[in-house]
Amino acid sequence: MADLRLKGLRKSYGSAEVIRGVDIDIEDGEFVVFVGPSGCGKSTLLRMIAGLEDITSGTLEIGGKRVNDAQPKERGVAMVFQSYAIFPHMSVRENMAFGLTIAGASKAEKEQKVAEAARILQMEHLLDRRPSQLSGGQRQRVAIGRAITRNPSVFLFDEPLSNLDAALRMDMRMEIGKLHSQLDTTMIYVTHDQVEAMTLADKIVVLKDGEVMQIGSPMELYHNPANLFVAGFLGAPSMNFLQVDVLDVQGEEAKVSNPSLEPIVVKTAGRPIEAGHKATLGVRPQHLRVSETGQLHGNVTLAERLGSETVADLRLDDGSKLIAAFAEDKILDVGQRLSLDFDSDAAHLFPVDG
Amino acid sequence: MASSLKNPDRTGWAFALPGTVLILTFIVIPFFFAFALSMTNQRLISPNPTEYVGLKNYRDLLGLAVVTLEPERDDSGAVVIDDDGEIVYPRLRTITRSDDYPQYRGMREWFRWQSGEDARIVIASDVVFMKALVNTLLFVLVVAPVQGGLALVLALLINQRLRGINIFRTIYFMPVVVSIVVVSLLWRFIYDGSDGLLNNVLSWITFGAFQPVDWLGNTETALGAIMAMSIWQAVGFHMVIWLSGLQTISPTLYEAAAIEGASKWQTFRYVTWPGLRHTAVLVLIVITMQAFALFAQIDVMTSGGPLDSTQTVVFQAVERGYGKQDISGGSTISVILFVIVLTISLIQRYLTREK
Repeated sequence: MADLRLKGLRKSYGSAEVIRGVDIDIEDGEFVVFVGPSGCGKSTLLRMIAGLEDITSGTLEIGGKRVNDAQPKERGVAMVFQSYAIFPHMSVRENMAFGLTIAGASKAEKEQKVAEAARILQMEHLLDRRPSQLSGGQRQRVAIGRAITRNPSVFLFDEPLSNLDAALRMDMRMEIGKLHSQLDTTMIYVTHDQVEAMTLADKIVVLKDGEVMQIGSPMELYHNPANLFVAGFLGAPSMNFLQVDVLDVQGEEAKVSNPSLEPIVVKTAGRPIEAGHKATLGVRPQHLRVSETGQLHGNVTLAERLGSETVADLRLDDGSKLIAAFAEDKILDVGQRLSLDFDSDAAHLFPVDG
Repeated sequence: MASSLKNPDRTGWAFALPGTVLILTFIVIPFFFAFALSMTNQRLISPNPTEYVGLKNYRDLLGLAVVTLEPERDDSGAVVIDDDGEIVYPRLRTITRSDDYPQYRGMREWFRWQSGEDARIVIASDVVFMKALVNTLLFVLVVAPVQGGLALVLALLINQRLRGINIFRTIYFMPVVVSIVVVSLLWRFIYDGSDGLLNNVLSWITFGAFQPVDWLGNTETALGAIMAMSIWQAVGFHMVIWLSGLQTISPTLYEAAAIEGASKWQTFRYVTWPGLRHTAVLVLIVITMQAFALFAQIDVMTSGGPLDSTQTVVFQAVERGYGKQDISGGSTISVILFVIVLTISLIQRYLTREK
């Protein structure tokens, strides 16, 4: 059990800086997900917490103690790797007891802890198998089991589900969620998959190019993205961005339009929007509705029917593209002209540069 | 190109042909030749026709027996003692040249020990071959584990990301690319009894207290000296094999071990060594086979001497086949060596099999 404080963490390889001053507070028992595109530094940050990478500057505290220079084993962390990293020559039982074997625990203690972890993960029947006899999901379970037996104060997951197929990924995602509520231990989870981030996290940290873009609960980030990057990163299909002209600004509201959008008033949310300038209007595909009186006009270029929803690609009158997702099975013809309506409260207005 | 794709069989055989012909000509056919010749009395150059002799060559090489000599007794029946206080025995030739024991005819004493008043003597049809066999086995028993172990240590040392590590890799590998004949010549100077480098160094670091040893001219030290030099020469080769094995082990496993708190030794024991299993089998078998084939060092440095203390099986095969022009005898030794190496390799494979 421990809380973590990351203060101004930096990491550079020679002159290349990959983590550029990250500040994150993680409470005890919290499930935090680091999410971002590949190369954003999320794995590096996790490895810095684990002690597998040196910290160039800043401080890392686990449970109130500065651990910048502590060995991985002194940090009380357990890590689950994307490639499982289970030892191929050991049985599942030996793999799960590995940390205890290293610590010189008694046979009885090992038996008891392995049995406990196996019960939590529902894998008692696999204990005597070899890793080569296991499926990907089972292997990842072994890796998680190995982490559990050590009773760590922080669990670190480095893209644990990326090597699994889609169906299994969903199962394991739920398992990990359950595991967190069962163990109630601090967990840090790295992924590039926003669905994992949204479903698992108490708190999401969105990273880009080694910098924190936004920290908050999944819904906070979804409904109130702090910038264009977060807005575009979370949600599928991603948010539509329309280049608009700002016609007028009145306090916290701005009137915007473009050739395919009739003038509409949206909130500025305190962002520096100035009349007479360009701005970016963000509208989630799910917030668009077909309406006779809609403000957006364009033609359908592609319609994908998924049964539960219909995703339409549109070419707007000004030539830009738009994606709309209707929560119903809708028959749309290519070339069909549509007028779309959206709730101006659900739209986000950003300055052009983010 | 298109035709070769349509006719993969013919193209494949065409590519395999040169290699196949070479292997057949220089390995497979000579191998069966050796078997056949070992059953004959073929000589390198001889006016007499070749005759089939069955297993006579094998009997002549491997014939072994233990005979007991009773001490000589005087008229009163007491054991005769010589001036040095040793018991006097009749000469061995009373048995090996006696018509009463035709089966021991021509055999010579290999070694003897005392059993009560009697002397037990191991006699062999070919004492030199027996010594060669023992020396070769001794060489393998020492060189295989020491060279393999040393190579692993070197591989672990240079498998690190350090500045200039390539210099060390090159240094350790250098003896491998130098011809063994050249290396043997150089080491003959190093081991020289009067003014050799080794004697000089030893005497220098002991402030002159060390008495020079004629390393290659002494039955006690000659085989050991050749072992040491052989280990040094080929250790770099096996280091490279170990190194390739080390680099197949996933770095994530090391990271997992580090997070679990494994010490250096525990990491080696639980991650590195199990990961090197297949490499270990390979290195062991290759070293064993190379060690059994010990020849060039002997030929250059000692020619089997002093007093046959560095005779080896392959040296004997060459010596007999070409030195004495006894092709059938040389072939027989080759076949025996083949059987020994095959047996040992099979045993090693069995012992190191995947359970």
